[in-house]
Amino acid sequence: MNFKGKVHKFGNDVNTDYIISGKYKFKTLDMRELAKHVMEDLDPDFYSKVVKGDFIVAGTNFGCGSSREQAPLAIINADISAVLAKSFARIFYRNCINTGLPVVECNTDLIDSGDQLEVNLSDGIIKNITKGIEIPIKPLPDVMIKILNDGGLAPHFKKYGGFNL
Amino acid sequence: MGQTIIEKILSSHSGQQVHANEIVVAKVDFVMGQDGTSPLAIRAFEDMGGKEVFDREKVAFVIDHSAPSPIEGVSALHKLMREFTRSKGFKMYDIGEGVCHQLIPESGKVGPGSLVIGADSHTCTYGALNAFSTGVGSTDLAGGLISGHLWFKVPETIKFVLNGVLPKGVYAKDLILYLIGDITADGATYMSAEYTGEAVSALSIEGRFTMSNMAIEMGAKAGLMEADEKTFKWLSRYTDKVFTPASADPDAVYAQVRNYDVSKLEPQIAKPHRVDNVCPISEVLGTPIQQAVLGTCTNGRIEDLRIAAELLKGKRIHDDVRFIVAPASKTIYLDAMNEGIIQTLVEAGAAVVTPGCGPCVGTHNGVPSDGENVISTANRNFKGRMGNSNASIYLASPATVAASALLGKIADPRDFIR
Repeated sequence: MNFKGKVHKFGNDVNTDYIISGKYKFKTLDMRELAKHVMEDLDPDFYSKVVKGDFIVAGTNFGCGSSREQAPLAIINADISAVLAKSFARIFYRNCINTGLPVVECNTDLIDSGDQLEVNLSDGIIKNITKGIEIPIKPLPDVMIKILNDGGLAPHFKKYGGFNL
Repeated sequence: MGQTIIEKILSSHSGQQVHANEIVVAKVDFVMGQDGTSPLAIRAFEDMGGKEVFDREKVAFVIDHSAPSPIEGVSALHKLMREFTRSKGFKMYDIGEGVCHQLIPESGKVGPGSLVIGADSHTCTYGALNAFSTGVGSTDLAGGLISGHLWFKVPETIKFVLNGVLPKGVYAKDLILYLIGDITADGATYMSAEYTGEAVSALSIEGRFTMSNMAIEMGAKAGLMEADEKTFKWLSRYTDKVFTPASADPDAVYAQVRNYDVSKLEPQIAKPHRVDNVCPISEVLGTPIQQAVLGTCTNGRIEDLRIAAELLKGKRIHDDVRFIVAPASKTIYLDAMNEGIIQTLVEAGAAVVTPGCGPCVGTHNGVPSDGENVISTANRNFKGRMGNSNASIYLASPATVAASALLGKIADPRDFIR
C-alpha cells in the first residue's frame, strides 16, 4: 500500500469525541454525512481542507476515549488515506485495522502541517518530500497484518467462518 | 512464573498458560452492545455472513445513550436494534432500563473470573467484580456475537497499591481522578491496571465500579480487583451462579508497581478539557457553575444518590443551577424511591431523567449553552462532550457535585459533611 498526500497535523490525546462528536454519531449510519464533521471541534474547516489521499498526523495517544467505530469510518469517508501518530489508543487502533484504515506508528516530530508525504506500508518507510527525509515505521503485529491483508475483520470472517489467526 | 489477574483469566479462557505480550484467541462469557455501537455491529454481522448469535443467553443490546430517542435518525437505529434482537432471539434492554454498565453486572451473568467484551469503552467497569471486561468496536463486537471468541494481546499489568483510609468527604471518584492525573491519559495504554491495598478493600462495590470504570481514562484495557466477601454479597442479590475468581500470584510479574497513601487526599476535580487535568478542589473553589449532573456509568449508583441526598436534605439548590439526576438503572431508581432519596433530591430542585447515560454524551437530557460551566460525576470532560464545544465540564464526586449545586459554584463537600 502506497499513499501520497499532504499533512494535517494535530497534537497529543486527540479523542474520538473530537474525531466525530457524539451529537452526530448517534443519528445515522451514513458515514459520508458523518465525515463532514470530522475533527470539527479542533478545526471547524477540516473537512473542506482535505484533498483525497491526505494524511492526519498527530502526537501520542491518538483516538483515546470512546469505542465508536464511527471514528475510523468517518476518517476514511473524509478521504484521508492513513493516520500517522507517535502512539494510538488501543480500541481505536483495533477498530482501524478491522475497518481497513491504515494506522502508522512513527516519530511524527519531523512532520508539520502542509508537508507532502509518501507512505509505503509494504516497505515500512515514510518519505517527507517537503523536508527531504525518511522516517521508519514501527511494524504492525502479525495478527493485525493478517486481518489487514484480508481487507478487515469482516472479510476475514467471511473467508474463514471465524478467527483464523 | 506467576500470573497477574488478567493473565489468569486469559489463560482459563484460551486453554493455555499465557503471559504478557502473547496473542490469544479466547472464549468470551458475555457480549454487549449499546445504541451508539450496535447498529454498526449489525451491519458488520451481516457483512461477515453471520446467521445466529453464538449463545442467546450470553449476549445483550442496551439502549441507553439516547434513551428515549430525541430525534428520528436515532429512532430508526433503535428500531433496527429492536428488530435484530427480536429476530435473533436475545435480550434487549430498552429505554428506561438503565446504563449498560450497571445492567450487565445486575444481570448476574458476569462475575469473578469472567471474560466480557462490550462495544463501549467503559466496559472495563466490571473489573470491580474481578471480571476481565474490555471495550471493543462494532466489528470486534460482531465477531464476538457470531463466534463467542475474540483475539487479545495479553497485556502487561500496572499494580496500584492503595494504602491508608480515605478522609471524610473524599471518595473513590476523588481517588481515581487523582490516579489518572498522576499517571496521565496514556500512562497505562495497552496495559491492565490492578487495584489493590487496604483502601480498595474498604471501598463498597459501588466505589469499586467507579474506579474500574475510569481505567480507560488512563488508556488501560482493564481495571481489575480481587474478589472478596463484598463481591459475592453484592452478586448474591442478582444470581446464585458460582464463579471462579482469578487471583494474582505472589510472584506475578508487573510492568510497574505504584504505591499511594490515600489518607491525606483532598476532593479532586478534573478541569476542562482533559480527564487527566486534575487538581485538588482548593484550586478551583468558587468557580461558578450553571449545571450539575449526578449519574452515568461512573457515579449513578445507589450509594452516589444517597450521598447527594444526605447532603441536600431539607435544602434547596442555587437558583442559577440546573441539577440533573440520572439513576444508573431502574433497580437503583426504585431502591432510591424506597429510601426516599428521589423525594429528597426532587424537593431540593433536581430534575430526574430516564435511567441511562443522561446528558453525558451530548445527545439529550441537558446540553449546556455557550460559555456555561458544568460540574458532573461523569468520566469525560472533553470539549464538546456534552454537545456544546463552547461549554466547560468539571468532573467530580457526587458529594462535590451536590455541594456545588447548592452554592452555584464549585464547593467543598467537607464543609457539609459532619
